[in-house]
Amino acid sequence: MEILMSIVVGILFTSAVYLILSKSLLRVIIGTALLSHGAHLLLLTMSGLKRGAAPVLMDDITSYADPLPQALVLTAIVISFGVTAFFLVLAYRAYQELGTDNMEEMKGNEPND
Amino acid sequence: MINLPLLPILIPLLAAVLLMFFPKRIKAQRTIALIGIAGTIIASIVLAAEVKANGIQTVNLGSWPAPYGIPLVSDMLSVLLVLTSSILTFFVVWYAIYYMNESYERFFFYIGVMFLLVGINGAFTTGDIFNLFVFFEVFLIASYMLIVLGGKSGQLRESIKYVLINVISSALFVAAVAYLYSVVGTLNMANVSQRITELGSPGIVSVIAIFFLLVFGLKGAIFPLYFWLPGSYSAPPIPILALFGALLTKVGVYSIMRTYTLFFYHDQGLTHQILAVLALLSIVVGVIGAVAYRDVRTIIIYNIVIAVGVILYGVSAMTPAALEGAVFYLLHDMIIKAALFLLIGIMIALAGSSHLNQMGGMIRDYPRIGWTYFVAALALAGIPPLSGFVGKLLIVQGGFETGDMIGPLLILLSSLLVLYSAMKIFMNGFWGTPKEYHGVSAKHANRLWVPAAGLVLIAIAYGVGAEAVYPFIQMAAEPLIDPSIYIEAVLKE
Repeated sequence: MEILMSIVVGILFTSAVYLILSKSLLRVIIGTALLSHGAHLLLLTMSGLKRGAAPVLMDDITSYADPLPQALVLTAIVISFGVTAFFLVLAYRAYQELGTDNMEEMKGNEPND
Repeated sequence: MINLPLLPILIPLLAAVLLMFFPKRIKAQRTIALIGIAGTIIASIVLAAEVKANGIQTVNLGSWPAPYGIPLVSDMLSVLLVLTSSILTFFVVWYAIYYMNESYERFFFYIGVMFLLVGINGAFTTGDIFNLFVFFEVFLIASYMLIVLGGKSGQLRESIKYVLINVISSALFVAAVAYLYSVVGTLNMANVSQRITELGSPGIVSVIAIFFLLVFGLKGAIFPLYFWLPGSYSAPPIPILALFGALLTKVGVYSIMRTYTLFFYHDQGLTHQILAVLALLSIVVGVIGAVAYRDVRTIIIYNIVIAVGVILYGVSAMTPAALEGAVFYLLHDMIIKAALFLLIGIMIALAGSSHLNQMGGMIRDYPRIGWTYFVAALALAGIPPLSGFVGKLLIVQGGFETGDMIGPLLILLSSLLVLYSAMKIFMNGFWGTPKEYHGVSAKHANRLWVPAAGLVLIAIAYGVGAEAVYPFIQMAAEPLIDPSIYIEAVLKE
C-alpha cells in the first residue's frame, strides 16, 4: 500500500513541478495546490498505513492508526488553505493591476517606494 | 517563573490581537505596538538573565512530559536571537512611525509587524520540528502581507514570486518532516537527535539532512537558492525591507545552525562539506552582486547573501571557535543590516531615488547621517574596534583550525570587497558634487536618523564591549558544540 501511495505522491509532485514551471499564473497556483496535496499524502504515508481503527478511544480495540500524522496533516492543510486563498487574491489583484497573467511578462525593475 | 520562555511569543501576540480592534486610530496603533515590543524586550532580558543564572530553560506546554508534548526551549542562543530581534523591531517600528505613509499605517501595518515578531520569536524558541514549521508559516504569512501592502504594480509582481518560492519551500519542509518522522518516529528535536544517534545515523539521514538544507537554504538565501532575494526585497518600503533583511533570512540560518549541530553531526564529511562549499559560493555570488550594482538597495541586499555565507561557513567548520564566531557574527549582522537599511532609507528619502547616480554631496547638509553611515559601513566590513571584527576573526580562526586554507582566505578577501561596496555608497552618495534634492525635509531626515543612529550605537557597543558579551556567546555556543547539553536539558534524564 505504501508503495502505491509513494507512486501517487510522485505523480502529484511531477505534475506540480510541471505546472509551476508553466507560464500562466493560474496554472502555477494549481501546481502549488497539487504540491501541498502531495506533501500531505506523503506525511500520511510515511507514518505507515497499517490497518487499525480510527484514532478514537473505544472499548475492545487494541490497534489504532497513528494519530500524530493526522494532526500534522490537519495543521498543514489549514495553513496551505490560508496561503492558497491569499495567493489567489494576490493573483486576481495582480491581473487587475498588471493586466496580464503571463509570468514571462511580469518583468521590469522600476523603483517602487 | 516557569513560563518565562513563553513571554516573548505571547506579548507581541496579545498586542497584535489588541491592535486589530481599532485599525484606523493611528496614534493608539503606534503606542500599543511600541509598548508591546518594549514589553517583549524586557521579557527577553529577564529570560536571558534567568538562562545565564540557571542554564537552559524549558517549558513543556500543557505539562505533557518531554517527547510527547511541545517543548519551548530557551538556551542562550535562542534567547540572544529573541532579544536581538525584539530590539531591532523596536527601532524599525520607531523609524516606520516617521517613514511610513498614513495609508500604510491604517491598513494593519503594525499588526503585520507584531505577527512577524511572534513567528520569529517562536521559531527561535521552539523545541519541536513541526512547531518550527508552524512558526515559519506565522512569520511568512505576516511577511506576505507586509511585502504586498500598498499594492503598487512592482510590489504585486515581486510578491507573486516571493509567495510562490515560499509556498514551494513550505511544501518541501512538510515533506522533509514526513521523511524524518518515518525514520525516527518523533518530532521533539532533542529526541530526534537521540534517535538518530541510536540508529547509528543510516544513509537516509544524510539525505534528509540535504533535504533540510534545501528547505532552510531557500528561506536563508544560500548559493543556488538565493535567486528570489534581490528581486523580492527590492519591492517593499524601507522599514519592511529592514525587518526582512535583518530577521527573515536569519531564521533560515538559525534553523540550519540548529539542525546541523543537533541532528546531522554524525556524517560531517558529506553534509558539512556540502554546507561549506555552498557557503563559500554564497559569499562569491554575494560579493559579485554587491560590487556590480550602483543601486544602494541592491548593494545592501547582496550583502545579506555574503553574511549568510560567512555565518554558515562558521557552522560548517564545527570547531568551538568557528561556532562561537558564527553566533557572534549572526547577532552582529542582524543589527548592522537593519541599521544600514534604515540609513540608506534616509538617503533614498532625501534623493527620491535609490540610484547612486542621482545622489552626491549629502555630507554637506547632513553630516550626522553621513558619519553614522560611515561607522556602520566600517562595522559591516569588520574593522577592529567595531562589531563585525570578533565574529569574523573567530570564524577565520576556526576555518584555519580545520586545515582549510581557501575558505578563510576567501572570507578575508570578501571583507575587502564588502568594504568597497559599502564605501561606494559613501563616496558617491555623501561626497562628490552636491545635487539638488526635492525629497523629504532636513527636519524629517534628522528625525529618521535617531532610530538608525540608535542601532549603530548598539552595534558599536556590541563591538567595543565584546569582552562583556563574550561569556554569553560562549554559553550560546555550548549546546552547538556538545548536543548532549541540549538533549539533557529538554528530556531531563
